Amino acid sequence: MEERNVKIGLEVHVQLTALKTKLFCSCPSDYRGKPPNTHVCPVCLGLPGALPVVNRKAIDYAIMVALALNSKINEKIIFFRKHYFYPDLPKNFQITQYDRASGAPIAIGGFLKINVNGKEKIVRIRRINIEEDPGKLVYPTGSIITSPYTLVDYNRSGIALLEIVTEPDMSSPAEARAFLNKLRSILEHLGVCNCELEGSMRADANISVAGGSRVEIKNIGSPKDVEKALAYEIVRQKQAISKGVIVKSETRHWDDLRKVTVPLRVKEEEQDYRYFPEADIPPIVITKDYIEKIRESMPELPDARAKRFIENYGLTEYEAQVLVTSKWLADFFEEALKHYSRKPKKLANILINDFLRWVHEKELEPDRIKAKPQHIAELLKLLDDKVISIKILKNILPEIIINGKSPHEIISERDLVKISDKEVIKKIVLEVFIEHKKSVCDALVNKRAIHYLIGQVMRKTRGKADPELTHKIVLEMLEKVKKGELRI
Amino acid sequence: MSVKAYRLEALEIIRNIREGNLSITDVIEDFLERVERVEKKINAFITLRSKDELLQEAKIKDRLLKEGKARGRLLGLPIAIKDNISTKNLRTTCGSKILYNYIPPYDATVVKLLKEEGAIILGKTNMDEFAMGSSTETSFFGPTRNPWDLERVPGGSSGGSAAALASGEAPLALGSDTGGSVRAPASFTATVGLKPTYGLVSRYGLIAYANSLEQIGPMGRTVRDVALLLNVISKYDPYDGTSLKVKRPDYLESISKFNNLHRRVKIAVVREMFEEGVSREVVTIVGNVVNKLVDEGFIVDEISIPVIKYALPTYYIIAMSEASSNLARYDGVRYGFRANVHGDWNEVFSETRGNGFGKEVKRRIIMGTFTLSAGYFDQYYFKALKVRTLIIKEFKKAFEKYSILISPTMPTPPFKLGEKIADPLAMYMSDIETVTANIVGIPAISIPAGFAKEKLPVGIQLMANYLKEDLLLAMAAFIEELTGLKNLIAEV
Amino acid sequence: MRRKIVITEELIDHLAWLARIKLTENEKKEFLRDLNRVLEFFDEIDKVNVEGIEPTTHTALLTNVLRDDAPQKPLPQAEVLYNAPEKENGYFKAPKIL
Repeated sequence: MEERNVKIGLEVHVQLTALKTKLFCSCPSDYRGKPPNTHVCPVCLGLPGALPVVNRKAIDYAIMVALALNSKINEKIIFFRKHYFYPDLPKNFQITQYDRASGAPIAIGGFLKINVNGKEKIVRIRRINIEEDPGKLVYPTGSIITSPYTLVDYNRSGIALLEIVTEPDMSSPAEARAFLNKLRSILEHLGVCNCELEGSMRADANISVAGGSRVEIKNIGSPKDVEKALAYEIVRQKQAISKGVIVKSETRHWDDLRKVTVPLRVKEEEQDYRYFPEADIPPIVITKDYIEKIRESMPELPDARAKRFIENYGLTEYEAQVLVTSKWLADFFEEALKHYSRKPKKLANILINDFLRWVHEKELEPDRIKAKPQHIAELLKLLDDKVISIKILKNILPEIIINGKSPHEIISERDLVKISDKEVIKKIVLEVFIEHKKSVCDALVNKRAIHYLIGQVMRKTRGKADPELTHKIVLEMLEKVKKGELRI
Repeated sequence: MSVKAYRLEALEIIRNIREGNLSITDVIEDFLERVERVEKKINAFITLRSKDELLQEAKIKDRLLKEGKARGRLLGLPIAIKDNISTKNLRTTCGSKILYNYIPPYDATVVKLLKEEGAIILGKTNMDEFAMGSSTETSFFGPTRNPWDLERVPGGSSGGSAAALASGEAPLALGSDTGGSVRAPASFTATVGLKPTYGLVSRYGLIAYANSLEQIGPMGRTVRDVALLLNVISKYDPYDGTSLKVKRPDYLESISKFNNLHRRVKIAVVREMFEEGVSREVVTIVGNVVNKLVDEGFIVDEISIPVIKYALPTYYIIAMSEASSNLARYDGVRYGFRANVHGDWNEVFSETRGNGFGKEVKRRIIMGTFTLSAGYFDQYYFKALKVRTLIIKEFKKAFEKYSILISPTMPTPPFKLGEKIADPLAMYMSDIETVTANIVGIPAISIPAGFAKEKLPVGIQLMANYLKEDLLLAMAAFIEELTGLKNLIAEV
Repeated sequence: MRRKIVITEELIDHLAWLARIKLTENEKKEFLRDLNRVLEFFDEIDKVNVEGIEPTTHTALLTNVLRDDAPQKPLPQAEVLYNAPEKENGYFKAPKIL
């Protein structure tokens, strides 16, 4: 539900997980699940004397993302130091960019198109920076409040981050979530971030309600949580306003456990980051030629892909957009098409409605979906050839998704081949008529009662009987009963 | 071998080793004996490797030598290394309590290069805490004394390295130079110290004080020894983003290559560098050397660079700002001293740093925090960067006409211990001659010019354009010949 | 002529907080005197006209110093933790946050 007086801006931090090393050193970047402090070197540990050297690929990826977001890329990248003390920051400063004192972000401006409930909207990008991730703090008691000390793991320290800051163009939590989903799809299509990885996409949100002060919410771990946090915050602020309490400008922390926002400890002094240029890293000059080279090598973006789906496969805008919300799904669709090219719309339909619905219901991540594109193609062919009914298809789809068994396997295992043999069906209908004489009498007077009889045939054949044929035969045999040609 | 190894120039020692007159073990033993005799009077070292370790290393290298496998240019020479240069598994303290027990898990690139060339690391030398000082009096480990007069300072911040050379404890040493810290002690101890072009020598492993200004510099008792050391340490390093990729000449060879210097080199003396605060004695001694050059046929002009008046405040604003940033990492979590207090991280950090840093360091960090903070940044730090540009422009102009600039290295002969330490500004004034080379990034060298009364060393400074170390060293070697002041060892 | 800045005890407290350095009362008194003198010394550059002048951060005139995305072996955990004043189970032990 959009409100005219809610303004939401996002500050998204995305890890460039596709990089093999960190931003300023050659430590391997695959630190997840590894023992603490085993992906660390003098540079990312901030040891005295160590010096940063920039990862070339990180700059390439940053340029790609800027192009995908329609941002204007700066001709010269200068790194700055942002100073603040914290145990997860080994040098007690972070190397990033700054937009004053002859510094500039990697890219400024740009936009993203989102679609919420059929309404299209543009969210403007303010700037894009590239910077290093700090280490991770672990609280021995599980809570920041009660832990008597803090454990620190610097494996994540130095990982390359893109910071993407938007203008406060969003007006509802749903729009914020849509933005993050679209951003995620773009990053996946570019191949720079596997956003499934834990902590690979984090967001801080800024929100003001009814023209009031801006509240910043930090520590939101996933796009889903962003929607929850913002929804909570809107309610909290509205309640405060209705009570006559002035909402003050502050920073709040999203408590994921209790699902509320809590105020962060207010410091007596304000933050002064003392930004100044990083003398250990010479400027990086980005030429127009270089940008063009990267633009040419860029993979297809979601919007372009959706357009292609519409033009080449006759899908609707809605269908195309749903398919490209995740690169995985769009890839799956195109791969399945290779095996079933005759009816793209039908394929899209099955994926969007039955397949996706099931996946969302069970909250499955792509790596837990075992179905292969060929399986879905096979399924549709079986349907077309009338070997199975649509009902059977929906029945066995979950097993394909969860276990990755092929349709043929499941059909033969469970003996689900559609019965289209007239004689077989006639026999079963006769059985049903005999077992449900009363219903037969009902059906003779009330047409609608036929469905009960058809249902019984389906039950007996465990759904295998061809529904159309069954319907026809039941009608025929009822006629015969009426005429007295058939006695039950 | 009748002469003790410690009295010889480094190149002489190497020659004697190659010719079989001396073994590496002999050399190490001689130096260790000398260290044993004088070190307690001088306090040049913070950490000395054990006698056993050193002799063992020497024996191994002697064996390799005999087997013809010792190809290094430094061939078993003992080297003293300033204690802000990381040495793997060897304590590195920066002269500070906050790193009193820090043992680096890696070698600085220059240390790696030394080891590859066969050098033996004797130990880590004393310095002003975190290189902030001009006298080596602010070290947590006590001051170093000038071998020429034990009541006086050896200069700083690489005073330990210079004193080790001047007292015969080592033939070669490494120092670091942010605002004159290699040249000042060279001047005060009658030794030779070179600050290379910014980017010529890798800074990977140099514990940062002011990273846009500093370089590791070779130190020795003769110009040729320093050239030898520069050959070894001036390699391009991919681990240092500010390392220059240019091809380095053989600096030792360049010295002999440049003949008829007086025909090729136009010299200038900068008027402003002979005026404010420079003692009459120093002007006279340095002036005498300049006169000798004129007698040899050199053209020496006097030029004026007025903006140099602002070099000292410009330097200190930049240096202190960078220091406040580079020293932020010392908080007691990952290494070093940690205060024994309870409380949250803010309290522990603040106690650790308040207790672990010395007064001068704290002063500079506070000042540097000020010059970078919102509201003051523009008129101090940012403006200083612009004045820097102006100074660079002026020097560029000067080097269009002249190849060498000459000045005194220090405004006075070595002063007494305790004389300037109470007044920070008085101490900062010692740097007036040396800071410009760091601001601009050009190479500069100090060699002995003469002795003031009471036999106190006075140095002369030469500056050249970027990457002109070969010319600089050739010129310095020429002056060394003229004055005859080379390989001077104080009788401690 | 812009107004002269004076470092006050309040400002020193603020700076000491920003720099996380606990100063004793004596040190604060000394610094109050010393730092104001240093500030006067810094104020010398006020006299320089820098209109239209760009700042210099890098004297080495290098650009585009970049590294290939090729992994190298990190430090062994034992070496990483060797100098830690306090450690536990492979982690650095830092003071509590709140």
